[in-house]
Parts: sequence; C-alpha cells; structure tokens
Amino acid sequence: MMTVEHLNFSYPCGRQILKDISFSAESGAFLAILGNNGAGKSTLLKCFDHILRPQSGSVLVDGTDLLTLSLSELAKQVAFVAQGASGARLTVYDMLLLGRKPYIKWGISQRDRGIADDTLRQMGLDHLAMRYLDQLSGGEQQKVLLARALVQEPKVLLLDEPTSNLDLRNQYEVLGLVRHVCRERGITAVVVIHDLNLALRFCDRFLFLHGGTVFAAGDAAVVNPENIRTVYGMDAAVEHIDGKQVVIPLP
Amino acid sequence: MEHKHPRSDAAAPVSYDLFLRRKWTALAALLAVLIALVLFSLTTGSSGITLRQVLETVLGRGTAQTEAIVFRVRLPRVATAVVVGAALALSGCAMQNVLHNPLASASTLGVSQGAAFGAALAIIALDAGVQNVANAGTAITISSPGTVTVCAFAGGLATTVFVLALSRLRGVSPATMILAGVALSSMFTGATTLLQYFADDVQVATVVYWTFGDLGRPGWREIAMIGLTSLAALLFFLWNRWNYNALESGAATAKSLGVNVELLTYASMAACTLIAAMSVAFVGVISFVGLVAPHMIRRFTGNDYRFLIPGSALGGSILLLLGDLVSKSILSPIVLPIGAITSFLGAPLFLWMLFKGRERL
Repeated sequence: MMTVEHLNFSYPCGRQILKDISFSAESGAFLAILGNNGAGKSTLLKCFDHILRPQSGSVLVDGTDLLTLSLSELAKQVAFVAQGASGARLTVYDMLLLGRKPYIKWGISQRDRGIADDTLRQMGLDHLAMRYLDQLSGGEQQKVLLARALVQEPKVLLLDEPTSNLDLRNQYEVLGLVRHVCRERGITAVVVIHDLNLALRFCDRFLFLHGGTVFAAGDAAVVNPENIRTVYGMDAAVEHIDGKQVVIPLP
Repeated sequence: MEHKHPRSDAAAPVSYDLFLRRKWTALAALLAVLIALVLFSLTTGSSGITLRQVLETVLGRGTAQTEAIVFRVRLPRVATAVVVGAALALSGCAMQNVLHNPLASASTLGVSQGAAFGAALAIIALDAGVQNVANAGTAITISSPGTVTVCAFAGGLATTVFVLALSRLRGVSPATMILAGVALSSMFTGATTLLQYFADDVQVATVVYWTFGDLGRPGWREIAMIGLTSLAALLFFLWNRWNYNALESGAATAKSLGVNVELLTYASMAACTLIAAMSVAFVGVISFVGLVAPHMIRRFTGNDYRFLIPGSALGGSILLLLGDLVSKSILSPIVLPIGAITSFLGAPLFLWMLFKGRERL
C-alpha cells in the first residue's frame, strides 16, 4: 500500500510545482500519472525517490515514510527508470547487477547473481546478456533498464515515460511484461505516460495532474471527456471497442 | 526472504564468468607489460649496467658502484614514472566519470597548471626552495616538500572549485568546460612566469626545471609521498567502483540506486586534485597521460570501473615509462624533458583517438 499525503514541492527559485498532492494505491497496482506537459508529472516521480526533496508531506509505503529514509535504504524500496536511453557502455548483465548496488557491500554475492539470472530470464533477455548496452535497439535497451529496476527488488517502481522511444509493438510488449512481473511480485508501479490509450490498456488506477494539483483520481471511469477537456484543453470521445475503453481525440 | 535461485540452466552466468576472467587476464597482461618495461628501463642508461647486475644489486649483491647507480639514479626514476603515471591516469579516470566529460583530466582542466603555480609560489615566495645550491642543476631538491605540496594542492583546488561551480550550471557542455580549463591554464601559466621574473637565479632554475617536467628529481621521500597518497586514492576509487558505474547512467539513475551523487563528486574531485597536485609539485606538469590512459583502457574494459580504475593506473604507468624511455633514447645521452615528450607523443595519440572513436568519446 502506497499513500501520499499533502506533498508540496517548489524549486529554490520559489516556483511551486506540486501543491498538496494526496492519493493512495494498493500493492500491485499499476498507476498512471496523466497530465499535460509541465503539469509536474516527472517532478512528482522524482519526489518519491529523493532525486528532488519535497518541502512537506509524506510518502508512506507499508507504513514507512520514504522521505525519512537514507538514499541506500530508499533504493531497496523504490526503483526508478529515467526517461530516455542510458549511454552507459556496460554489458547487459553488468547493467542488471548494477541494480544490486543498494545491496552490494564489496563484491557480488551468489544471491545477487541469482536474482539477476531470474530477472534476465523473466524479461526474455537471456540471449543478450553479454552484449554491450549501446549495441542494442531502443526496445531492448528499455527492457534492460526495466530489468535493472526489478533486480533492485523494490516495493514501488517509478517509470518516467517508459514507452516514449518505442515502436507500437514494443510499447505493448514492454508494458505487458512489466505489468506481469509487477503483479507477480506485488510491486506497485507508478507510470508517467502520455498515451491515454496505452494507459487505459495497462493501468488500473489513473491520476490526472493539472496545474500542480490532483485534478482527478480513480479507476478507468475518471478518463472521461469532461476531465480530458479540462486537463488537456481538448475535446475527445471515449468509446468501448471489443470491451476495451479507448480515447478518440476530436480536435 | 531467502529464496533459492537455481543455477542449473545458467547460460548467461557461465559466459559471464568467462567474460570476467578475460578482463582479469587483460589486467594481468598490462601488469606483465609494466613489469617488463620497469626491468628494461632499469637497464637503460649511460653507465651500461646489465639487467643481471641490476637484479643482483636489488637483491643486495651488487658493488658499491652499481648500488649507487641503481638505488640513487635508476630505481628512483623508474619508481617516479610508475607512481606519477598511475596518479595522473587515476585522476583523469575519475574526473571523466564524475564530470560526465570524456575530455576531463588534470592538465586539460587547468588543475595541473594551478598546482604548478601553487608550487612555484611556495618555492619562490615562501622560500620552500632549494637545497644543495652548490651544485644546482644536478641535485636541485625541494627543501620542504610539505609546504610545496600544500601550496600545489591549494592552487589545483582553486581550479577544481571553479570547474565544479561551472559544472553545476545548467547547459554547460563538456567543450565549454575544457575551454574554461584552457583559459585557467593560461592564466596560471602567466602567473607562474611573472613569479619567475621576480625570482633569483637558483629559484628560477628550480622552477624552470620543473615546468619542463623531470622524472629524475624526486627522492625516495617524495616518491613515497606520491605513492602512498595515490594508493589511498586508488582504494577510495575502487571502493566506489559500483557508484561510478551507476553514475555512467546519469545522476538521477545513480541517486535512485542509492548513490550520494554530490558527496561522490566532491570527494572524488578532491582526491583527483590531491594526487595530481602532488605529482605536479615534485615532477612538474605532465600533460596527456591522465587524459589518454583511461581512454586506451576503455577500449578493453568498456565503462566498467571495476576494471577501468586498476587498468588506468597500469596504463598511466606504462605510458609514462614509455615516454621516459623515449626521452632518454632520442638524443642519448641527453635526457629530454618528459613534459615536452608526453605532449609531443600524447597530442597526436589523442587526436587519433578523437577521430577514430568519436562516437565513444
């Protein structure tokens, strides 16, 4: 269970980005953070992971306030996959082992290796283990970065636009894979995502950020024409095709 | 929490063990090259002692004459090349990581020149100057290495603080950082020249000697100082090897993996500045070794700092020993200044790497 209460964040220059953010998500939930550019979506993710420090509020995961944890303790609870590709020239297997960084004292243990092996298999990356990351395609790189985050054994997985560099097929494959692993391991995923239809397909909770505040939150019912019009300033129809909810923009 | 992880069908781990073994083998090969170069360097010189005589002397069975040559001339020179080369390469390796700048090194950022100015100030203005005035030129030694080191470190640190402040500004490209380094270098070089203008003859001799770079000057005391500090820095860098690997993926990712990025950056830069400043204080400004050595090693190890850190140290020692051999052999028996030689050999090498492997730099 993840509960965010009264979170406020402003940059040192004084501009307030997030105002009194509160919401909660059950363990194993797949939560989409939606909103227009500059609404504070990425800022919100970074506040959960000490990359930015909120001025007030709390982020409780199973009763522990993440904001009071040290960086290395936090890294055992929360994993983050940044937007865009990593330029690191490391092998895929080393990149996965890097996910064990919060647990590594001096060397790598058999347990670290075992977890990396399992995740490698689960994400279907076995055949790429010894390749250098910068030789892989965008979809493969994204899978490796997600695998690295899973190797951290987090309770919460933060994804900042995980599909922005992927083609259609890879978008569905990567998100489907992550959702599967998260459900299996009971990981709560918080995903910043621009594509509403992709969000509707894979997420079970939705949160609209608008002007730095929570505009609406809930299940798929909150993704309706009224909310879309207010948040994005654009008309849209919401239909059901083959039992799947889809958003059709009507500019 | 303890679950079992079957390792039976582990295709990846087996090849990973092989992969690791290959990297260790590469490091062992570098070490072998270094040892061979050390032995070869010990036998080259104007007095014509053979390797056998050198080894006998080292084992304590030499004559008074060979002992004097080996322990007071050749061994210190070789040891200096090894520790200074390693120090410069280590500092370049860590700087390139924490500044996210493949062109960073003590000499390209102006840290070395800042340290040189600090050391010159100590020698000329603070009289940390010269012993053995009687036979100046052959036996110029720094009378208080402590003062010189502190001043060199202060000079280098001034540049480092400036570079770090610059790196915190948004949108400063790696190239801009290096251009700022060029500006700082020329400022410090100008200041050093001004100091020389007001110095007396012996002081000028000392300062000039060492702006050329001279591997023959440090005594055992200075070698031990550089060696021990570099060893401490090497252990610090190795301790942080996974942190550097994490930082390769960007500051945000590193933080999410539990790395205290600010602390790592400041501590690493301080360590880099200290070992580079120490080298400059006792040997003079030596360019390019710190920049080129880590890039040469990257070709074998990728950006894996578990291997890149020790590899860079070995590579730096090898490069500087090679430079020393060249400086001794081109116009033998005249020994050319090592600073000029590394610049002459390092610059084309660096340009070649720049154009050949642009995508990786």
